[in-house]
Amino acid sequence: MSDMLKPSRRAFLRGSAAAAAGLTAAGAARANEPDPLITEVQDWAMSFGDGVDATPYGLPIQYESDVVRRNVEWLTADTTSSINFTPIHALDGTITPQGCAFERHHSGAIELRKEDYRLMINGLVDTPLVFTYADLERFPRENHVYFCECAANTGMEWAGAQLNGAQFTHGMIHNMEYTGVSLRTLLGEAGLKAAGDLSDKWVYVEGADASSNGRSIPMDKALDDVLVAFKANGEALRKEHGYPVRLVVPGWEGNLWVKWIRRIEVTANAVESREETSKYTDTLEDGTSRKWTWVMDAKSVVTSPSPQSPITHGAGPLVITGLAWSGHGAITRVDVSKDGGKTWETARLAKPGEKMALTRFYLDTEWNGEDMLLQSRAMDETGYVQPTKAQLREVRGENSIYHNNCIQTWHVKPNGEAENVEVS
Amino acid sequence: MSKSLNLFGGTALGTIAVLTMAVNFADRNIAGFPDNPAVMTAIAPPVLSGGLVGAANASTGAGEGTFGLGRPALPEEIAAWDVDVSPDGTGLPVGSGSVEDGEMVFSENCAVCHGEFAEGVGNWPELAGGDGTLANDDPVKTVGSYWPYLSTAWDYIHRSMPYGSAQTLSDDDVYAIVAYILYSNFLVEDDFVLSNENFLEVEMPNANGFIVDDRAESEYPMWRTEPCMENCKDSVEITMRASVLNVTPEDEAAETAEEVIEAAAVASETEAEPEVAAAVAEAEPAADAVDPALVAAGEKVFGKCKACHQVGDGAKNRVGPILNGIVGADIASVDGFKYSKTLEGMDGAWTADSLAAFLEDPRGFAKGTKMSFAGLKSAEDIAAVTAYLASFE
Repeated sequence: MSDMLKPSRRAFLRGSAAAAAGLTAAGAARANEPDPLITEVQDWAMSFGDGVDATPYGLPIQYESDVVRRNVEWLTADTTSSINFTPIHALDGTITPQGCAFERHHSGAIELRKEDYRLMINGLVDTPLVFTYADLERFPRENHVYFCECAANTGMEWAGAQLNGAQFTHGMIHNMEYTGVSLRTLLGEAGLKAAGDLSDKWVYVEGADASSNGRSIPMDKALDDVLVAFKANGEALRKEHGYPVRLVVPGWEGNLWVKWIRRIEVTANAVESREETSKYTDTLEDGTSRKWTWVMDAKSVVTSPSPQSPITHGAGPLVITGLAWSGHGAITRVDVSKDGGKTWETARLAKPGEKMALTRFYLDTEWNGEDMLLQSRAMDETGYVQPTKAQLREVRGENSIYHNNCIQTWHVKPNGEAENVEVS
Repeated sequence: MSKSLNLFGGTALGTIAVLTMAVNFADRNIAGFPDNPAVMTAIAPPVLSGGLVGAANASTGAGEGTFGLGRPALPEEIAAWDVDVSPDGTGLPVGSGSVEDGEMVFSENCAVCHGEFAEGVGNWPELAGGDGTLANDDPVKTVGSYWPYLSTAWDYIHRSMPYGSAQTLSDDDVYAIVAYILYSNFLVEDDFVLSNENFLEVEMPNANGFIVDDRAESEYPMWRTEPCMENCKDSVEITMRASVLNVTPEDEAAETAEEVIEAAAVASETEAEPEVAAAVAEAEPAADAVDPALVAAGEKVFGKCKACHQVGDGAKNRVGPILNGIVGADIASVDGFKYSKTLEGMDGAWTADSLAAFLEDPRGFAKGTKMSFAGLKSAEDIAAVTAYLASFE
């Protein structure tokens, strides 16, 4: 109940505006009255908190109850074939907790016990095989951190600034440390001699849920870095992330990361399933559509300040932060602009960029309390520079839906509020 | 074991191979189709030079040095799961279905979401129409206007439809539904019968409308440049604001809290209501004069519910709860069925009035209900299906 007493975002913004107006000078304000939080003995300093075992598996403290996945109801007909969004505006670092990592289901999140789990490898293999979950645990394991981005992330922004929050514009992404077996190992176990020349072969992967979500992946990728994963961030995959086993396809669009994976078939051609023809194809201005657009190009976004994470402290020291990533490899540099792209300064990467994983950037700066048009621009190890929306539209038009990796602009106002805008 | 791993190469090599592959795609596009480089008509698997598959090909056999884990898949198991269908017809079972049969099967199983004419209901996908709209501001992508291969429709319907009752259709029903969708798109005549034998003869209008990813050619060279840092623009103007559209969900934490408070207030004001509802429920079955014609009409309407609900002897909970004795029963009271929180939290009974309100607009009546049904538009249909349901105790 106590979280119901939390101020609404509106009230919060009103408060922050007042604070911004009152605090014109930078630097520490002098206290006129002693702070009762210091001078008076507080309850928590006198009595007990919860004992161990109060929560055998812990959830975030009640004061963080607004840091949750959110859905945009009008996007889809039904929540069982739908998507929600990671609250990236409220997170820091790079690892996304599973409990607030975006979900995308095509037939709802199913409950499949490890004991009932089977993985079949068939098609052009020497011996079609069936693995149990226990079998998978006996293969050599790998650990890797990768981002998973839905191809439709930022897809609602093609025609203009639409959703007012980094969670909604860029929240179809998460970044986890996966534990699993390399697909290369499993294919090797079934044997690929029967496939002959592998250079033109594919694997078709499908899930156990009613949607099956079948996708075709070229053999080269399948033998490269694809993982058959059963743990994320150290623990079992959550139901909504494909428990007990999902596919991890580093740097490539999220739809290929088949959850509840039940079958891997080596084929001579792409199956051209529903998810790789009618969906996840990108229509260009002339009506022609690109297919097999698997790689997620370099992209970044300022997560704070942003519409859901306004500046509440007035002028003075300000941390501008955000995320950058590239399906082509590591992020090497992120630039930030406060004036809508006229001038740029290079941000500090929290750690050197890692391949196909989120990179956190910071610009530790001084805010003068004036309007800002905040942008970030990522560069990856191939030298690719994140394009503007205008550049993307010039090549693709406005109907691509997927793969919108444009530079995002937030208009930060003198009262600290921010809005999703488009600039010339 | 380590032998086969080494042969397949490490991840660093893999990244190079992937990049090479992307470039090869572009090369192939340009070199192979000089007159019309944008359009690929055939399935073109990636052509690879070296990389991981090269290493794998050079291996003496990937079956070597294995772990001996797993067990051979039995033919019956492969047959049960390997049901994908490819553009060349691989995987299609023997069978056939007519447009005429398809219309009926479609009406019963698909029209709830996709409309009687495959035109789509609400936010559910439209399957017909949209011809010639792909270059418009708002392209309408349907099986007829967009899908390049008919196999995709057969495969998807067979594997994943009807939504909520996947894999319940016979092969012939799938042929019939696909035939009806073709007919709805004016691609075949009304006497057409689709079968595994004539499947590949159907021409899909947008079969040539796709190109293989060409970003490596059309975009990357332009955007792999040293970026501008100063004086990059003369002026910057805001050209569009998200607040103008105002379609962003409000802060749900605050909103939900308000809803809870409001709901609590309403509940305390109207505590007498369940009794009133119960009284009405009792009064309903008293109107005993059952109209057989109405019940028969209701049985027909119930076809729209059958994908998810069962009624009668031997009925079980499926996607939706069993509906025996539903008229007059308390809301959300069927044993063993997991209701949405909304329905669970509702007091009262399914009276003629509350059922009518629910059936007319399920999500309007019970926001958050799991019943993914657009609603019955006609009051007669609602009365009929209610009479039909009331005939089951």
